[in-house]
Amino acid sequence: MFSAMFGSVEQGIIYAIMALGVYLSFRVLDFPDLTVDGSFVTGAGVAATMIVLGYHPAAATAVAIVIGFLAGCVTGFLHTKGKINALLSGILMMIALYSINLRIMGLTSENSIGRPNIPLLNAETIFIQFQTFWSSLGIDSNINHFFSMMGVQYLPSTWGTLFIMIIIVLLIKFIVDWFLKTEVGLAIRATGDNKKMIRSLSANTDTLVIVGLGFSNALVAFSGALIAQYAKFADIGMGIGMIIIGLASVIIGEAVFGTKTILRTTFAVIAGAIIYRIVLGLALRVDLLDTGDMKLITAVIVICALILPQYIEKRREKNRKAKRHAERQMEHEHLLLREGNAIAKAQSD
Amino acid sequence: MLKLSQINKLFNEATPDEKIALDQINLTLNPGDFMTVIGSNGAGKSTMLNMISGALTPDFGEIEIANKNVTKMPEYKRSQMIGRVFQDPMAGTAPTMTIEENLAMAYSRNKKRRLKNGVDNKRRELFRTSLETLHLNLENRLNAKVGMLSGGERQALSLLMATFTQPSILLLDEHTAALDPSRAELITNLTKQLVEKDRLTTLMITHNMQQALDLGNRLIMMDKGQIILEIEAEEKKKLTIAKLMDEFQRIRGEKLTSDKALLSV
Repeated sequence: MFSAMFGSVEQGIIYAIMALGVYLSFRVLDFPDLTVDGSFVTGAGVAATMIVLGYHPAAATAVAIVIGFLAGCVTGFLHTKGKINALLSGILMMIALYSINLRIMGLTSENSIGRPNIPLLNAETIFIQFQTFWSSLGIDSNINHFFSMMGVQYLPSTWGTLFIMIIIVLLIKFIVDWFLKTEVGLAIRATGDNKKMIRSLSANTDTLVIVGLGFSNALVAFSGALIAQYAKFADIGMGIGMIIIGLASVIIGEAVFGTKTILRTTFAVIAGAIIYRIVLGLALRVDLLDTGDMKLITAVIVICALILPQYIEKRREKNRKAKRHAERQMEHEHLLLREGNAIAKAQSD
Repeated sequence: MLKLSQINKLFNEATPDEKIALDQINLTLNPGDFMTVIGSNGAGKSTMLNMISGALTPDFGEIEIANKNVTKMPEYKRSQMIGRVFQDPMAGTAPTMTIEENLAMAYSRNKKRRLKNGVDNKRRELFRTSLETLHLNLENRLNAKVGMLSGGERQALSLLMATFTQPSILLLDEHTAALDPSRAELITNLTKQLVEKDRLTTLMITHNMQQALDLGNRLIMMDKGQIILEIEAEEKKKLTIAKLMDEFQRIRGEKLTSDKALLSV
């Protein structure tokens, strides 16, 4: 149980980067961007290909981020300059990327042009490189010693992956928070909020949409590159339904933690991604369900995440109104009582 | 400051629905001019404003702002020189963003937007002192989301945002029409105050005749895509609503009965 949960949290944190990307397009820009399903695989494919070809994993990840950015820009370009509907331009880019991803991964193969998957079993990854540094610190044994004293039995082999991922995700959260408060960031948020207004304040909304989608898909590709290195493979089908998972994370996070400020919302999105993975992990432990049911479970989780908050908010509002009504009635009675007393006192005087 | 020459615009051209929106419009505003525009619905007032702001392009004709030909300049670039307030109080602000963030975006209008914090302490002070001139206590609600403000407050904020960077031209499109009478008066007074402060060259559309007479030093009346009446400074001071109605009747040879409700007295 503990180790399963641990794996869910680890994965959740990596997928949180993708969820932040979806938050940028879906919420900030108000652009339902389906490119995500393709650009996630692009990130994974580029990273895996470059690692297999012998590049440093950090360099491979960096290139994956840049290619993801470009993919997002193309979608933005189709929508703003080509005047293609937002959903459609995302879908077009998604299917175009399917072939592009096959070709990218095909670069590792000498006898075919396309390749649907790349295993990274014995390859260097960011996580393995960090691990060598991490083990030299000897923190793992200390933490595990602490947990075994608490009576936890199945302990993870290392805490290093979790540690480095928390640092990376926090770093990205701060960058996103900062970016959305810059002059460019404010204009991007206004583009999603009121296009007419920000255009009248001399902002080029076309450029802002293109840059915004680029930034969003750069994060998605980054997440893909890390997942490939974490799971030790890249596969052409690993992006299917990714947009839904991203949306689920955003919606769950917002429902649980609220959206009062940007800082809070980005935190909510990260937490939402982790909660989603935990729920999925728990669901898969039910004997009746098979790994092939994962997409069905995802759909059910998202449906719940969409419906439950409405229901809860309605209940809350009802309770709030009832409580406030009772309070006001009390005040009213109190006032009447006081007036009554005053009159009685005046009469007795 | 602003020069329109021979502006023509047709909608639905060469169809049975063809409509002449603007017909040979010529108009010049000198620096510091405040012109009010009146006319019934469909007269072409808003089309003319949209033409100046760049939301629409003329079929023929040229537009000059500050001695620069802007006929082909895209809307967002032209906006550097133009401040706009719309009729709909929702249109001029971003509802999910805070008051100070909205002001920061207006502050960046005539500058290049950079990867630099939009609201710093120095700017916040500037925003605060500017908001104080509105007397709506907004200076103490810098972090309130604009969606929470009332229509009047939003329109006052829009007005401040439009005039913040002292644009070459200020365009007001019936910006008090959606407000109740007392709020409309507040915004009218604010308009006067803000325009006078920086001597902004202003073009204001209104359906309120009294407002058209009270504000500004010039007045034009439009009908069916044409400017049918131009009244200059001295003459405008002596103008009354009754005179204006008579004038319309004399020019068009028809009574203003059906439009009386729209051109509210």
